[in-house]
Amino acid sequence: MTQYNFAYLDEQTKRMIRRAILKGLAIPGYQVPFASREMPMPYGWGTGGVQVSAAILTPEDRFKVIDQGADDTTNAVSIRTFFERTAGVATTTATSDASVIQTRHRIPEEPLTEKQILVYQVPIPEPLRFLEPRESETRKMHALEEYGLMHVKLYEDISRHGHIATSYAYPVTVEGRFVMDPSPIPKFDNPKLGDMAAIQLFGAGREQRIYALPPYTKVVSLDFDDHPFEASKADHPCGLCGAEESYLDEVIIDDAGGRMFVCSDTDYCERRQAAGHVGKLGGKDAA
Amino acid sequence: MYVAVKGGERAIENAHAWLAEERRGDKSIAELGIAQIREQMKLAVDRVMAEGSLYDPDLAALAIKQARGDLIEAIFLIRAYRTTLPRFGASQPVDTGAMACDRRISATFKDLPGGQVLGPTFDYTHRLLDFKLAADGEVPKAPQRDAAAGDVPHVTDFLNREGLIEEAPQDDTDPPDLTREPLEVPADRALRLQALARADEGFTLGLAYSTQRGYARNHAFVGELRIGAVSVEMDIPELGFAIEIGEVALTECETVNQFKGSKTEPPQFTRGYGLVFGQTERKAISMALVDRALRWEELGEDDVGAPAQDAEFVLYHADNIQATGFLEHIKLPHYVDFQSELELVRKLRCEAGADQAQEAAE
Amino acid sequence: MTPLLSVQGITKRYGAHIGCADVSFELFPGEVMGIVGESGSGKSTLLNCLAGHVRPDTGAVIFDTRADGPRDTVTMSEPERRMLGRTDWAFVHQNARDGLRMGVSAGGNVGERLMAVGARHYGDIRDTATDWLERVEVDAARIDDRPTTFSGGMQQRLQIARNLVTGPRLVFMDEPTGGLDVSVQARLLDLLRGLVRDMGLSAIIVTHDLAVVRLLADRLMVMKSGRVVEAGLTDQVLDDPQHAYSQLLVSSVLQV
Repeated sequence: MTQYNFAYLDEQTKRMIRRAILKGLAIPGYQVPFASREMPMPYGWGTGGVQVSAAILTPEDRFKVIDQGADDTTNAVSIRTFFERTAGVATTTATSDASVIQTRHRIPEEPLTEKQILVYQVPIPEPLRFLEPRESETRKMHALEEYGLMHVKLYEDISRHGHIATSYAYPVTVEGRFVMDPSPIPKFDNPKLGDMAAIQLFGAGREQRIYALPPYTKVVSLDFDDHPFEASKADHPCGLCGAEESYLDEVIIDDAGGRMFVCSDTDYCERRQAAGHVGKLGGKDAA
Repeated sequence: MYVAVKGGERAIENAHAWLAEERRGDKSIAELGIAQIREQMKLAVDRVMAEGSLYDPDLAALAIKQARGDLIEAIFLIRAYRTTLPRFGASQPVDTGAMACDRRISATFKDLPGGQVLGPTFDYTHRLLDFKLAADGEVPKAPQRDAAAGDVPHVTDFLNREGLIEEAPQDDTDPPDLTREPLEVPADRALRLQALARADEGFTLGLAYSTQRGYARNHAFVGELRIGAVSVEMDIPELGFAIEIGEVALTECETVNQFKGSKTEPPQFTRGYGLVFGQTERKAISMALVDRALRWEELGEDDVGAPAQDAEFVLYHADNIQATGFLEHIKLPHYVDFQSELELVRKLRCEAGADQAQEAAE
Repeated sequence: MTPLLSVQGITKRYGAHIGCADVSFELFPGEVMGIVGESGSGKSTLLNCLAGHVRPDTGAVIFDTRADGPRDTVTMSEPERRMLGRTDWAFVHQNARDGLRMGVSAGGNVGERLMAVGARHYGDIRDTATDWLERVEVDAARIDDRPTTFSGGMQQRLQIARNLVTGPRLVFMDEPTGGLDVSVQARLLDLLRGLVRDMGLSAIIVTHDLAVVRLLADRLMVMKSGRVVEAGLTDQVLDDPQHAYSQLLVSSVLQV
């Protein structure tokens, strides 16, 4: 792969992306248009996140990629391999060892630090999109802070279901100004967005938008005073490591509908198991 | 005991090896050469160049081979390669009036300077399978004559001279570059044409067809369709003048559309325009119809709410690489968001069940 | 007394065609102004200019804002004008579908303006919506139903509730009873008259129906070909029209 530049993109493109990132950091939650490039992987498969990572990676970085919380899902493997080949950076699966973490759909369980950057892959950056399909109109709504419609949606949920029926990509208000889509993370992860020590960067390749949360930004999930936001998860401990406080995947284990719940964050789960924590279905005894 | 699925890396490698084997197919059959694709699958090569926005028949042929004939996949390969190429600058606008035409037809005039030239077209072939091709593809040489000397003037120029068609004034401002700047609406005509030139052929065809059936009908006549080679010239700063750097084959379609006029302005025909790499005539005609439909606003026409009039709808959905990527991404794991929906639906059903049980008890 | 709205020389042309020309008037708090004329007389163009939907070519529309006193709404910034549009102003469309969100429940429709200005208590929003549905005589049990399931008269009453819920000071109405059955019209007019009185609303009502203005309007302007041909107290204009066109309008109604 020597005919390609470090981290695939040419330096001019990286500078353009870095300018968009800086602008995003200066106006937290604002979607900055950028001239997304065609990447050698399909749009919708993380091209936004990949371009952001390519623009910020340095040869000294240690890179981690997760998809659904796991390092070994196929698309995470594919993106990690891409940067191993094009940037030659060191990679890791350990959250605490990584300086840049690219993620799809999750925030790691382990709190991040000021020395880390979390890069999100974003499919639809516009939180108003499913209420208003026109970009020209949604941009105006952001500019004029006309967000009443967002609460109409929540109101309708409660009147119909008794609850706010949004469980992922749950919209947030950033620093009391912009309403932002946090990418399709489960709402369980929403509380981690605010006041985070690490820089959070969001890249949407196909939709040509970058947005950002600088460290320690105030992020509030939309709700009503009498129907407050609730970060929920399956009401089980992890079957492998016994964790009570982590987000869980449900796995069907037999034809009779038997299932178990395991941490979606594989690094977190493995570390706990290595430290001697054992869930009901984990460990050697159960084998 | 349950063990989380591992080994994504090996699975991917093995899948790629299998893919390569399948691409080659039965090894007792001779392998397809790039030159064979370039020469004998020329219209596929042209489409890949047009929608890939890169004029290089050999690379397009390679992409088609690598993509196992999946043209959208081939276009994707070309686009991803194109992104990495350095930009030296922009050429001079090509002069299609000086095109060496292989084909040139007008549906508006029976005869005209430059003549009607059918060229290598399927138009009047009877669509009967030619079983001879299954055995032996040798063909007799087609009759030839010398090319007519001189430029072939545009039909619209004749109309323009009489003031019968709207002016298309020369505009020397640099057009925006869709591949360097994010696409934003409202988009001017130059940007719309640029997007349409690389738009998916099927999508453009469907939209154009919808205008013909009444969704923003604009009564298009093919004023002229021409296919042939034009030279590409570029200003070289060190030289201080433009030199020819190569030749590209293009298809150009100019439509003459319904006229407009008012009490103060006499009626005039209006224009639609299509220009596409290669011999891509279906695409070029479609492009001209869609271009014309998108111009409703500047021409003071009504928005009848037709899809082909909606620039935001057309431009944001015309790119097949964006569309296919996002469509196919739903194959990727969505365990996490699905799990959160699962929890929610269970909770809501549980509460609904409790309500019903209580009502029954009352 | 400061007028709530002071309209000065509003002109709007469409090419060579005149939408409305040189219209001026004042509207005082609690006053209802009727604008009548046949279709094409420019009354709807004028209303859209006043409400900020269409930018007039010349003229000023000065509104006595709560915060800063009289301001020209034609030259104020779009965010300010849109803010007025969802707080102190209301606009009732002739076709309820243009003024409602048809995919959102009746409660959500009424609650939207409250949420747009910052209401964040679901229970309170719902109580207010229930209260307003009752005020416009829509069965509160229909609060979670979508307007698509409502009759034309109910949709129009819902639109009025949605508009009045934030307690606007000025209501623009474009043929509010147009397209409704006569019996339904009478009930709606009755309701509107009650609301205007109880809330002390100021309103500008555009209509071609003289019965509507007779019942609701304190003052009247008659428009023809984009110009105001006669203005005065409603009773005065209707009972003793001076301009030939007003006479024609009044007589044509009386004949029915």
